[in-house]
Amino acid sequence: MSLLRTSAADLAGVIASGEVSAREVTQAHLDQIQAVDGSVKAFLHVDAEGALAAADAVDARRAAGEALSPLAGVPLAMKDIFTITGMPTTCGSRILEGWSPPYSSTIAEKLRAAGVVVLGKTNMDEFAMGSSTENSGFFTTHNPWDNDRVPGGSGGGSAASLAAFEAPLAIGTDTGGSIRQPASVTGTVGVKPTYGGTSRYGVVAMASSLDTPGPCARTVLDAALLHSVIAGHDPRDSTSIDAPVPDVVGAARAADVTGMRIGVVKELGGEGYQPGVEQRFSEALAVLESLGAEIVEVSCPSFEYALAAYYLIMPSEVSSNLARFDAMRYGLRVGDDGVNSTEEVMNLTRGAGFGAEAKRRIILGTYALSSGYYDAYYGSAQKVRTLIKRDFDAAFARTDVLVSPSTPTTAFRIGERTADPLAMYKADLCTIPSNLAGNCGISVPCGLSPDDGLPVGFQVMAPVMADDRLYRVAAALEAELTKRWGGTLLDHLADSPSGAYLGVGSMR
Amino acid sequence: MAITAAEVARLGELARIRLTAEETETLAPQLEVILAAVATVSEVAGDDIPPTSHALDLVNVFRADEVQPSLPAEAVLAAAPATEDGRFRVPRILGEEQ
Repeated sequence: MSLLRTSAADLAGVIASGEVSAREVTQAHLDQIQAVDGSVKAFLHVDAEGALAAADAVDARRAAGEALSPLAGVPLAMKDIFTITGMPTTCGSRILEGWSPPYSSTIAEKLRAAGVVVLGKTNMDEFAMGSSTENSGFFTTHNPWDNDRVPGGSGGGSAASLAAFEAPLAIGTDTGGSIRQPASVTGTVGVKPTYGGTSRYGVVAMASSLDTPGPCARTVLDAALLHSVIAGHDPRDSTSIDAPVPDVVGAARAADVTGMRIGVVKELGGEGYQPGVEQRFSEALAVLESLGAEIVEVSCPSFEYALAAYYLIMPSEVSSNLARFDAMRYGLRVGDDGVNSTEEVMNLTRGAGFGAEAKRRIILGTYALSSGYYDAYYGSAQKVRTLIKRDFDAAFARTDVLVSPSTPTTAFRIGERTADPLAMYKADLCTIPSNLAGNCGISVPCGLSPDDGLPVGFQVMAPVMADDRLYRVAAALEAELTKRWGGTLLDHLADSPSGAYLGVGSMR
Repeated sequence: MAITAAEVARLGELARIRLTAEETETLAPQLEVILAAVATVSEVAGDDIPPTSHALDLVNVFRADEVQPSLPAEAVLAAAPATEDGRFRVPRILGEEQ
């Protein structure tokens, strides 16, 4: 068997049965990173020693006859926004270069406790601001499907590591689509859980009322297994929901949409949407209908204003959150010459340490929150947030889930949108509404766009704490499409000439 | 509304970010385009719509008041840009005139 192409669920099975050791699995993925990351550039930091030690610990527990948790020994790529001891955390920013956090995020602790092997930290747009990883302070990650294209963002490194078979699991954070949009353009699965369903403790904050950590994987079941490991109430996060985690694994295994009412959001399509994306989306609807779901059209008129509201609320929170990078207690310090004041050192450090997009958003937020503009901008945006929640409430009153394309286009070319911030922002057009309302969403592959042969993502959205519905629908769609295609989209990549460089397919 | 490079520089100082002249010249027209696009929010939201500041209706969340170990001072100071006598060393806080 190819360890690199095996699902996380199956890897955990063969590790638990003793068929292969966790060390062998980890070593195989470290070797793959060594072999292909020069082309893909998904990782900012690889912790080979720590990963092998974690794998050995799992093997020792198994040898001692201990019961292993469902993902024990399975490797994972961690977005560099999660703090974890023993590794640097940069959040894609030069201002945090070289910082080794003295504590771990709750999610990192949960992963380690479950025996998940953390391979390293993945690249991202600086402070999770972007849709391409081009805003990373270090380098741009390349889409494994076409190295001239972006892997999406901000979590492009995590998504690319999955598509390049460098890791079977990854985690990310989704503030406006940073898990779902990269999943969409790399042919992988990404989930934004219900806000508050996953802990933000120890996750570098971008926009606190929107930030949601979530699972990334190559299959819906793997995402569900990871979801169940990282989710749950955390007393250290004051916005953590104190309720049981929905049965996402059971839903992914059931994969049954019989009798479900699926609402197509009228406003998330049409002008600006790539024809090949719309075609694959429509075909996926027909598949769900053939599986017994009822498809209805719903209108959410306020969604038209979601992007505008988001680009006021998010930068406002950003301008406040990023004030912590003040050059005093950690991170970069510039201009401390014994003469300059603290204030001047802050000015110089932040001017030197933040990249263009971080500066753009901080300035935008500072403007939106300044007196005289507050009511017109931030105040109005908060009202639009209310209208969007109401649209969702009305739509969910007559449907079980809502669906749309995950993002309007397939992966765009590196450099194509860097000079036009607004064009870049539109990559999150379909994903932002769920962040503003706090409900949950998933992106699952639904085919290759006929116009460019690149992956298209299908988004499912469900009400707050109904995350299980995402998995039920996505798993049903995945099962039927995989059957029709004779494999997953990533199987197709691995076995095609364009994926030969990945060294995991029949073309090698 | 026109945003000038000087206005951007002023906002930069408010946000404690020293911007170069080149940066303010680039940012000014970009911010103008973005602000024009986001200004549509004021068209839809009437006075009768209450604002939503947060997705969850949580208020006053408390956790149990239990004593937990703090991070060791050495571990925290290890990440500091400058230390002195087991403390963070910072640039001068008071101005010449103070």
